[in-house]
Amino acid sequence: MTTLKRTPLYACHVEAGAKLVDFAGWEMPVQYSGSTGGVIEEHRAVRTAAGMFDVSHMGEVRVRGAGAEAFLQRLTPNDVSKLAPGRAHYSGLLTDSATYIDDLLIYRLAADDFLVVVNASNAERDFAWMAERVTREEKNSVEVTNESDRYALIAVQGPQAVPILTPLMTPGAADVRYYGFLQGEVAGNPAILSRTGYTGEDGFELYLSPEDAPGIWRLLLDAGVKPAGLGARDTLRLEAAMALYGHEIDETTTPFEAGLAWVVKLDKGEFAGRAALAAQRAAGIPRKLVGFEVRGRGIARQGHAVLSPESGEAVGTVTSGTWSPTFEKALGMAYVPAAMAAPGTALSIDVRGKSLPAVIVDLPFYRRAK
Amino acid sequence: MYPTDYLYSREHEWIRVEDDVCVLGITEFAQQELGEVVFVELPEVGQVFNTDDEVGTIESVKAVAEVYIPVAGEVIEINDAVVDDPELLNEDPHGEGWLIKVRFSSASDLKVLMSAEKYEEYVKSGEA
Repeated sequence: MTTLKRTPLYACHVEAGAKLVDFAGWEMPVQYSGSTGGVIEEHRAVRTAAGMFDVSHMGEVRVRGAGAEAFLQRLTPNDVSKLAPGRAHYSGLLTDSATYIDDLLIYRLAADDFLVVVNASNAERDFAWMAERVTREEKNSVEVTNESDRYALIAVQGPQAVPILTPLMTPGAADVRYYGFLQGEVAGNPAILSRTGYTGEDGFELYLSPEDAPGIWRLLLDAGVKPAGLGARDTLRLEAAMALYGHEIDETTTPFEAGLAWVVKLDKGEFAGRAALAAQRAAGIPRKLVGFEVRGRGIARQGHAVLSPESGEAVGTVTSGTWSPTFEKALGMAYVPAAMAAPGTALSIDVRGKSLPAVIVDLPFYRRAK
Repeated sequence: MYPTDYLYSREHEWIRVEDDVCVLGITEFAQQELGEVVFVELPEVGQVFNTDDEVGTIESVKAVAEVYIPVAGEVIEINDAVVDDPELLNEDPHGEGWLIKVRFSSASDLKVLMSAEKYEEYVKSGEA
């Protein structure tokens, strides 16, 4: 029996009546209790006001040195040379077959200084993957360190998030553009203030020192921000059609199949998976990730087979599915053969032996009002 | 918490016996575990089931639960209110959130079910 790890905010979750579950070896809140608790209420709080997520379990890998940019450029498909200090971009670690080891964010702290933020479930593996790829020639110019223990992370998201945070953050933080960040303070505590998120709403992700995190959580609670758990995190990101590792992306999927071609900069130079991606593009992408709406009664979920309308054979799989609190219907994403991927195409999904009708729709399901 | 005139199954269903008819629902524990219910699928009136057959499903955002019938019999009524308003299951699982009424054939099926007291122990024991 191994004990679960706890983030610096564990006591705050217990105080808020969290239902705690094992997520990637961490004891995390899936939802909270009380009249404003529950997946649907927490989801709606983020869409209409402000919610906060403890994502301290995510991993952080620091990459520093004169060779840091070239090193990251080689390991990832997006163009690090275009990433300015104070900016972050979404990218990934790909195998030589261009399939995903993980998706991640790269923050450029300075010319030779990067913070790579990775999924909790892959943190150890990603660090090892990166550390092993520093060549002997790079040893004196590239330093890769696991800084996961250094940061707690609170994601504050929703239309009220920025108004609530602004008086607490370094002046000027609210002017930071989407995917920009500031190294400043929140409530007098040093923090990386990152205008990013995983919900489709505006907001900031606050990288804090572990000791400061509980105080800031309680301050935000007093300011009216609602605790939101992993359950709501999943329904929110699904409505916003954001990929989740282990669902839409994994070691069998390429960025092209997953609808993430915008992350891939084939012309930037050599990187892991480049040849495979060029080949896939030339040959045609065999399957595509699509969004669907269920038309019958029931919820399609990960692993349910998508059936061919003619033969009834399984031709694809649902990667994620849930009941959407915003649209009050069952939605999901699935891999289907490219020939079947047009919006408007009717699908059948095998849900526990029953054939559930669905239709392909454009992604994302949800876009916030600008 | 658990009505003493009901009987309970290990799958967290309750039964209320009214002569040769039993009313079936899911327990408070089940509703808490499921979270907010969004779909309820019930059988049709007239369907006949054997003991422990699956008679329906209850879906929440995060989970699906099958409902098993602890007695053999014929469905004589279903609760349309709960199909139209699944939240009833969360709000009043032992009352308004009842699922189906079954005319049952064998009283011996009831013998394996638990009393309210035994069910509470079962839930507390962590085996549930």
